[in-house]
Amino acid sequence: MGSLVTTVLVVSGLGALLALLLFVVAKQFKVEEDPRIDEVEKMLPGANCGGCGFAGCRAMSEALVKREDISALYCPVGGAECMKSVATYLGKAATEQEPKVAVVRCGGSCEMRPKTNRFDGAPSCLVASSLYAGDTGCSFGCLGLGDCVAKCEFDALHINPATGLPEVDEEKCTACGACVKACPKMIIELRKKAPKGRKVYVSCVNKAKGAVARKACKVACIGCGKCAKVCPFDAITVENNLAYIDYTKCKMCRKCVVECPTGAIVEVGFPARKEAPATESQTTAKTE
Amino acid sequence: MKTFPIGGIHPSDCKEYSKDSAIERFPIPEIVTIPLAQHIGAPAVACVAKGDRVLVGQVIATAGGFVSSPIHSSVSGVVKSVDMTADAQGNLKPSVTIGVEGDEWVESIDRSKEIAKNINLTPQEIVAKISEMGIVGMGGATFPTHVKLSIPAGKKAECLIINAVECEPYLTADYRVMLELGDRLLVGARILAKAIGVDKIYIGVENNKPDAIAHLEKLAGAYLEVEIVPLKMRYPQGGEKQLIAAVTGREVPSGGLPIDVGAVVQNVGTALAVYEAVAKNKPLFERVVTVTGSTLKEPKNLLVRIGTPMSALIEYCGGMEGVGKVIAGGPMMGRAVSNVDAPVTKGTSGVLLMPTEESLRQKEGVCIRCAKCVEACPMGLEPYLLSKLTQNGDFEELERHYIADCIECGCCTFSCPSYLPLLDWVRIGKAEVMKRIRERAAAKK
Repeated sequence: MGSLVTTVLVVSGLGALLALLLFVVAKQFKVEEDPRIDEVEKMLPGANCGGCGFAGCRAMSEALVKREDISALYCPVGGAECMKSVATYLGKAATEQEPKVAVVRCGGSCEMRPKTNRFDGAPSCLVASSLYAGDTGCSFGCLGLGDCVAKCEFDALHINPATGLPEVDEEKCTACGACVKACPKMIIELRKKAPKGRKVYVSCVNKAKGAVARKACKVACIGCGKCAKVCPFDAITVENNLAYIDYTKCKMCRKCVVECPTGAIVEVGFPARKEAPATESQTTAKTE
Repeated sequence: MKTFPIGGIHPSDCKEYSKDSAIERFPIPEIVTIPLAQHIGAPAVACVAKGDRVLVGQVIATAGGFVSSPIHSSVSGVVKSVDMTADAQGNLKPSVTIGVEGDEWVESIDRSKEIAKNINLTPQEIVAKISEMGIVGMGGATFPTHVKLSIPAGKKAECLIINAVECEPYLTADYRVMLELGDRLLVGARILAKAIGVDKIYIGVENNKPDAIAHLEKLAGAYLEVEIVPLKMRYPQGGEKQLIAAVTGREVPSGGLPIDVGAVVQNVGTALAVYEAVAKNKPLFERVVTVTGSTLKEPKNLLVRIGTPMSALIEYCGGMEGVGKVIAGGPMMGRAVSNVDAPVTKGTSGVLLMPTEESLRQKEGVCIRCAKCVEACPMGLEPYLLSKLTQNGDFEELERHYIADCIECGCCTFSCPSYLPLLDWVRIGKAEVMKRIRERAAAKK
């Protein structure tokens, strides 16, 4: 009986002593943290995607609270609304940025860009691009092995088995930019998001000369410059045999789409034209 | 018999297809495409323009820096274009295309058959000549030879090792050079030894080439400083660090260079090119290429002008029938070719044609932790771990596991019973880690 009492006393005493020690340590070494960081973190989407350039939402909220000027910080996932509420809460000026969406600039589907060989290595675009130019005649285009799909945290990218190309789900895409970084061929670009998912862009990144590009792919940009001439807004530049539409200048008049001899310029989300076949999806871009 | 201490594998050597065919001069093609980046380092800068007339051996591109090499025309004719053309992997690279007219050589090249044995040049003059003649490492790595011969201050070379191992299966180009041009090879080796100021030359040959060993031993009888070292056959004995370990028993420290243990290693093909450059004034514009494969009708060793399309060689030796994969170089370290019309370059030691059924990879399984890759790695690394860390993007950890020491020999992938593409991943991780190391070094400066 005596030993039982001793045991209970010793253990409870030890417990009380350690509890006291923990209490003292917690009081003594308490890290003072701005309570606003927690609040801001709650306002952020919590995706931890890294689209803002920080390690995660926590790091972003710390930066938002600590920095005087937050105009350089932007959460692409939360968008303007989220940034506005954060800025109001912190009493700082909010950043205004147009919402963006990832765009895959390659139209080289299996039909348009015939395969010339077969890749047999590790199924990764990064590995394939370190070994060679690709399984078609085009050395710039999509490798179709899905590094962008693997990196997408929002389930917004999927390879379309019919075309072998990744397609972006605009509803889900948050423009975090993970796919842009993952693509070794630098095909994916973040472009301005317009109502109804409307887009006009050059769906090609081939910098080879016209004849070489055309031989490899039917819908390649041949750098002829017709689009640049026809554009009333000076939005198109042709450099290294490749046209590029500046989305900040483009008014989506679609004159270039009609002019493009190879169908490399794609329009998405517009109602069907009267004389031409429907151009609902980018894969049905007009040929010839 | 000597060999390197750790790792290594024993692939079947498959040299029987082409080993008995004597070196044959390949006819000059109608058009050659000469890439400007045929070496490691800065690409050469073109110094000819469209319409220019060039002679065989004329400089068409000058070195783009110290670690670079000039390029010489391999044919006489008219420059058709200086433009981007697709290389063997389909990537566009700057190159000079020349339409062939006749075969007119630059006058300074000594075309006589007699062997020049005595070279009365100083070491500096030899290195300058080698640099001027565009000599690069011809085993496949194509590192500019004059850089390797410029011994850094504070270091001292003690011996020259001629890499006559040719441990890659199938390839027989070096073997044929040893048998047919052995006397020239030895003079080349002596020139190299003089350039770095050493009086000991080892020639490492694997014991699957007994006739080459016997032949070289007979020839080397005339030179006291040359020693032929027969080596036990094992891949990758031709790796620089493995060869040094096999021949001298010294280990190159991690991150170090062969010169840290007093050794300079040069390939057989390089020694021959050095002989021709220094003794005969002949720039590097042709090389011996093994065209081989188990299904090829007539496997051959051809003396080919740089810039000749590989497809012409394949056609000459019997065509592409039943071929699933074309490899530039050997089966272990060579690279698969997606564009057979790409030209032979200074580093093309062979064109290997694999039949379809042999060329495909097996279905990838999962790692069963058997550690066969660890056992096979000649650098003592852990390939399974490096591959996984690369996939996880943990580059700091990769550096701690000495990924920068990987020589990309492929023993790990070869030995994996689950057919994991280990080297594919390790190469990605190594490239990224090397990039970080370089950036750190640049930031320090």
